[in-house]
Amino acid sequence: MTLSRRELLSTFLGAPIAFAACRNGTMRRFPEGQIVGQSEALGHVLRENRTFEVPPDNWESKKVAIVGAGVAGLAAAWQLEREGFNDIVVLELEKTAGGTSLSSKGDPVGYPWAAHYLPVPFRENTELISLIEEMGLVEGRDAGGDIVVKEQYLCRDPEERVFYKGRWYDGLYLHVGESEDDKRQFVEFQRQIDHWVNWRDPAGRRAFVVPSVTCSNDAEVTALDKISFADWMHQHGLTSERLLWYCDYACRDDYGLKLDQTSAWAGLFYFCSRVRTSGVESQPFITFPEGNGRFVDHFLSRIGEHVRRSFMAVSIVPNDKGVDVICLNDGVVRGVHCEKIIFASPVFTAPYLIRGFRDDPPFAASEFQHNAWFVANLLLKDRPKQRFPKDFPMAWDNVLYESPSLGYVTATHQSGIDYGPTVLTYYYPMCHEEGGRTKLFNYEWRDLADVCLTDVARPHPDIYELTTRLDIMRWGHAMISPRPGFIHSGIREKAMKPYRNIHFAHTDLSGIALFEEAFYHGLRAAREVLTIETPRP
Amino acid sequence: MKSTPLLFLNVIIIATCGLIYELLAATVSSYVLGDSVTQFSLIIGVYLFAMGVGSYLSRFIDKNVAEKFVDIELAVAVIGGLSAPLLFLTFAYVSYFGMVLYTTVFIIGTLVGLEIPLLMRILQDKLDFKELVSRVLALDYVGALVASLLFPIFLVPQLGLNRTSLVFGMLNAGVGIWATWLLEPIISRRRLTILRVKGFVVIVVLTIALIKADSLTTLAEDGLFVDNIVYAKSSSYQRIVITRGRMGHSLFLNGNLQFSSFDEYRYHEALVHPAFAAYKGEPKRILVLGGGDGLALREILKYKSIESVDLVDLDPMMTELSRSLPALGELNQHSFNDPRVKVTNADAFVWLDRTDAEPFDIAIIDFPDPNNFALGKLYTTRFYNLLKPKLAPGAAVVVQCTSPLIARKSFWSVMKTLEASGFYVRPFQTTVPSFGIWGYALAKLEPFEIPQKPPPNIELRFLNDITFASMFEFSADTSKPSEELETNRLDNQALVRYYETEWRRVEQ
Ligand SMILES: Cc1cc2nc3c(=O)[nH]c(=O)nc-3n(C[C@H](O)[C@H](O)[C@H](O)COP(=O)(O)OP(=O)(O)OC[C@H]3O[C@@H](n4cnc5c(N)ncnc54)[C@H](O)[C@@H]3O)c2cc1C
Repeated sequence: MTLSRRELLSTFLGAPIAFAACRNGTMRRFPEGQIVGQSEALGHVLRENRTFEVPPDNWESKKVAIVGAGVAGLAAAWQLEREGFNDIVVLELEKTAGGTSLSSKGDPVGYPWAAHYLPVPFRENTELISLIEEMGLVEGRDAGGDIVVKEQYLCRDPEERVFYKGRWYDGLYLHVGESEDDKRQFVEFQRQIDHWVNWRDPAGRRAFVVPSVTCSNDAEVTALDKISFADWMHQHGLTSERLLWYCDYACRDDYGLKLDQTSAWAGLFYFCSRVRTSGVESQPFITFPEGNGRFVDHFLSRIGEHVRRSFMAVSIVPNDKGVDVICLNDGVVRGVHCEKIIFASPVFTAPYLIRGFRDDPPFAASEFQHNAWFVANLLLKDRPKQRFPKDFPMAWDNVLYESPSLGYVTATHQSGIDYGPTVLTYYYPMCHEEGGRTKLFNYEWRDLADVCLTDVARPHPDIYELTTRLDIMRWGHAMISPRPGFIHSGIREKAMKPYRNIHFAHTDLSGIALFEEAFYHGLRAAREVLTIETPRP
Repeated sequence: MKSTPLLFLNVIIIATCGLIYELLAATVSSYVLGDSVTQFSLIIGVYLFAMGVGSYLSRFIDKNVAEKFVDIELAVAVIGGLSAPLLFLTFAYVSYFGMVLYTTVFIIGTLVGLEIPLLMRILQDKLDFKELVSRVLALDYVGALVASLLFPIFLVPQLGLNRTSLVFGMLNAGVGIWATWLLEPIISRRRLTILRVKGFVVIVVLTIALIKADSLTTLAEDGLFVDNIVYAKSSSYQRIVITRGRMGHSLFLNGNLQFSSFDEYRYHEALVHPAFAAYKGEPKRILVLGGGDGLALREILKYKSIESVDLVDLDPMMTELSRSLPALGELNQHSFNDPRVKVTNADAFVWLDRTDAEPFDIAIIDFPDPNNFALGKLYTTRFYNLLKPKLAPGAAVVVQCTSPLIARKSFWSVMKTLEASGFYVRPFQTTVPSFGIWGYALAKLEPFEIPQKPPPNIELRFLNDITFASMFEFSADTSKPSEELETNRLDNQALVRYYETEWRRVEQ
């Protein structure tokens, strides 16, 4: 066993797992696979600082150009189209639209590359509901006026299971072997959550709700953003190991950050924003085999004709008449004259793309920091064998307690296909070390595949024989990081203001990466463009 | 040699072991292949012939006869000892079972055939020929008697086939080691040590196999099933075991009884005929979901008006077995060969979602009980909603719904789920001795009266007018509980949880 493999596995999975894996002797047969997607071209181009000349014939005119076909950009286009405004173009640098809600087609089902679920929105979130209704996901309304989503789109039970010391257990929070003190602390934690679920400010606003702009900005709430979630737990005497794990898992899962890297505001947002009142269940999840790719496909079915793929915006030039966007399309330079731009790509790219931004920055774009992830899709020819008759069976989300990864999601679960081939989507946030992004891009497919297979082989030793293909996506800028002090620093509010006919729209602007937030900003930007827009004679 | 008398004791044990292996092979093969007359006769024939081959081959052993003798003892111990588990496992997993069976029998026979001639040669200088032949052969046959008495009276009922096999292998190896002491004067020192080490290794291997015995499914099953296992195989979906006892055949899927041939007609008449009684008119298109044993088919095909039956069952191995295994084919009256029957192997949930089949007049839903999530989804509102568009106007549906006595909440939760999906439901129950009180739902998408009698001119063994009408009555301990039950949905799988708690009470 080479030292480097042990080092690799130790850095990604920790020494105990690495030791066990290397002790088990020779490396196993690897499936086929490769690194997919996420072109690195943008980074190169921007760093080179080149200037681009658009040949005169390569110019076109649109009223609005949307840069980025992630959820925010697509939602903006969808909204404009709904308002009968279709002189638009959506520019996307990748070959496929979707951004971090990307998915792939597959057999027997498609599978996600990142985002994979959406909690059922509260009735107040009418715009999001109109999307869900338009997609035909809604069956009706309950007595209270909340939407009832069709059963087949709500996450099928069992939702989660957790692998701990060789066995699978029901649920995410580990109940087995709980001490009296663990139980007491878990109850206390629930009590704290209930407190914040029921909390209202004098204006009647909730502390935590989606979209996050509607959260209360009362000092009592914003103070939570100053400390880390780890500190908050400590202050409340919450020290139970399994409870800390549970909250740490939540932070890694939703934000790609560890407990002590996450703002307490963001941590509580995760637990409180989807619960109507204390005592009721958290909102159920809408999910599809291909995850949120279903929403992307729906947007595309509406506005797909406006989307230009492999169109990388390389320069955005505000001028007197409006804005020009210069794009690189498979090596060809093209330009769009437009009146307004919806900037729906990650906020940190603004200074590189927008001419003049750096000379007089409207906000500190570098404060929008992202973490890196890698996501692997394992195409299996059959299901892993259940090892013990009493083991809890395969769930939608399958979490590994002792691992820094987030475990895997089973694509076929929602479709009711319970036998034969399936796809497992394995998530690994690079939050365990400084410089996670650089580190991630230093590793090859084989290294990351080794990490993934070694990890998954702990519960499923047969994974090597079952996996026919393993592809990996490295997300250099996966999610915005809600580290302490960022969300309520005031920077986001500045970035939400238009800058010289450029309207920003990205989930980054909320400080948390969520479908609802991206959707909200897309619609907000579209509305701004429409209201400022004066119809021409 | 002072130990000569003890060597004669050795003969008895060798003979006993030899016959035990032969009986084991014959029994295993008649269990799994059926037709015991043929199996016993073939195995005995091959075995005796192989012993002849062994005896003949003994002439080629010239040197170190005593040492070779011990070696052969140990070889018999390993191969004979592992023979029953080996045969069981091969039967479940490979198609060339016959070859493995006869090869094993032949090898054991040959080795056993070598033993007696070699032993006689070891003893030839100690006794005169007359004495030797008479003693050795007499004891050989005594050993045979011991084996044939022990085998059916004690070994099979107490130890089961696999354990018997392993225990006798160990005994055989023990004898081999013991012989190294008896034959000490005529074996060199160094060789003695090697032989003892080998013997020790064999014992260890067999002991491990005996300890591991429980983790081998077939071994566990020996204890689990009262009757003889005639077929045991794991498909990609489930473990299929068929047993045969005095009361006939039984089918088990993952250890759960699906039917017993002696009373299955009660279950299947109750499953099928109420739907036909509730259907107004002449049903033509029938859908069967589950029911891979073909027994519901048998009942359905009694109706002359039927033009087609679509049967959707998950497991191709199950439907194929029901077609080709003589015992099952006889029971389902070869209904899989009826040209009106079309079999699709698919998960009914996925099939319903994707099929473009024309609507059906009657649907018979006969899935295993909802004891896991993959089965639980087949009892959800989503599933029944997928079924609805596949039903023609006036269609009648019957669903098997576990025992309303043992799993009362489960049973009534299915009724509630059907109602929540828009069906009008008439629960009914009957008694199937090998199951107990069993429950079903008769359902239609329109209000309907409980049918009063079975359809006319259909030959029935169980249902008459009185039993038919009484099925729709529930006793106090099986009727709808007063507490509010949950609807079974994909996103709560309430039924699996009810079922688990209710059946766990009786299974422990
Ligand atoms: C691993 C992972 C899992 C997630 N899971 C969930 C989940 O389960 N549920 C959930 O709600 N959210 C999840 N998210 C959050 C997800 O990011 C949001 O749901 C949402 O997809 C964000 O959309 P966006 O449009 O704001 O940003 P992005 O997805 O970042 O979209 C930006 C788009 O702009 C394009 N672009 C960038 N620069 C340029 C340029 N110069 N020219 C042209 N185009 C450009 C990009 O290619 C991209 O398509 C997850 C995120 C990750 C990384």
